[in-house]
Amino acid sequence: MIKKEIFVTSAITENSVWKQILGICSALAVTNLMLNSLVMGLGVIFTLALSGFTISLLRKFIPKRIRMMIQTLIIASYVIIVDIFLKAYFPEISKALGPYVGLIITNCIIMGRAEAFAGKNDPLDSMIDGIGAGVGYTMVLLLISFFRELFGFGTLFGFQVLGEWWPKWSIMVMAPSAFFMLALLIWVIEGPLAKKRVN
Amino acid sequence: MELNAFIIFIAAIFTSNILLTNFLGMCSFLSVSREVESSLGLGLAVFFVLTFTTAINYLVYHFILIPLNIIFLQYIIFIIIIAAFVQLTEMVIERFSPVLYYTLGIFLPLITVNCAILGVSLFMVIRQYDFLQSVLFGAGSGIGWLLAILALAGIRQRVRYNFVPIGLQRAGLSLIITGLMALGFIGFSGIVVIQ
Repeated sequence: MIKKEIFVTSAITENSVWKQILGICSALAVTNLMLNSLVMGLGVIFTLALSGFTISLLRKFIPKRIRMMIQTLIIASYVIIVDIFLKAYFPEISKALGPYVGLIITNCIIMGRAEAFAGKNDPLDSMIDGIGAGVGYTMVLLLISFFRELFGFGTLFGFQVLGEWWPKWSIMVMAPSAFFMLALLIWVIEGPLAKKRVN
Repeated sequence: MELNAFIIFIAAIFTSNILLTNFLGMCSFLSVSREVESSLGLGLAVFFVLTFTTAINYLVYHFILIPLNIIFLQYIIFIIIIAAFVQLTEMVIERFSPVLYYTLGIFLPLITVNCAILGVSLFMVIRQYDFLQSVLFGAGSGIGWLLAILALAGIRQRVRYNFVPIGLQRAGLSLIITGLMALGFIGFSGIVVIQ
């Protein structure tokens, strides 16, 4: 496959969040602020790209029976790097994200890409696939957090956008709206596709 | 932090439900909640594993990781403990109770990658709970998760044959139901507050 094709497939057409409903734990949890979503997305891109590369590099040496365990360990090592980096350079954001940085390990997208792609393809392709999946994930996060932060706080990336006249919708900052926003996003994207399939 | 362990237990079930307010364990929550029976099985397995791994992780964190000053390895250690515990439980159940194995066994492998398990251990570290608090927090979170998945499975069974707009049929509807449940659980927030 051509590199560009791999990227587009895993970022858009087979987007993990809305197509496969994977990795939505963190997609829901960190999306009340755009900055948090961006940092989270970058962390996931980093982990996906490098774990894809490593797992694909080692794929011929990993015994089949214990491959999940080894994949988890590889992923966990990269997450530790992300965590230490954030703690050192962005302590505030690291605090705000709390346990969700560590939870990148159990983010099903990473395991899913490792199983579906990195276990069968070349290291470089796997890395591109990982970056693609990560970019797709980050796009969804940013989209959801755009609306949640705009309506909930009246700000974008912390800058005031809507003035004092805006009544802040505190529901947008709370948990239920995360579920509703994700459901709406899936509806908007899936609806036309499903209709096409029916016809 | 001066918090009664029992308050943490109640709060973990209702006011800060691990699933409805912290969004942990969503993947298996959405995919296994089609039937009440199987979601009961998964919920019980999560409750069991959560209670014990939180206790074990507490002990390991405070008596091994801190004295050796290798806290940065906590993610790897926690996930290994969880995976090992799940594997062990599976083998023990298979050996001693085939009936239980048939109801719970198939869900156990799913649990290793359930983020609720790792999440509770990480919350325990961040919130600096003591041992009793940690165990009750783990147990409460497990019950809360069980409650949420049972409720969703029940509702999904009821609405199965109703008309659902195209495009919402797969995960969308479950997400909206979950959102409504989360909205309902906000009503509990007057009881106790922890953070």
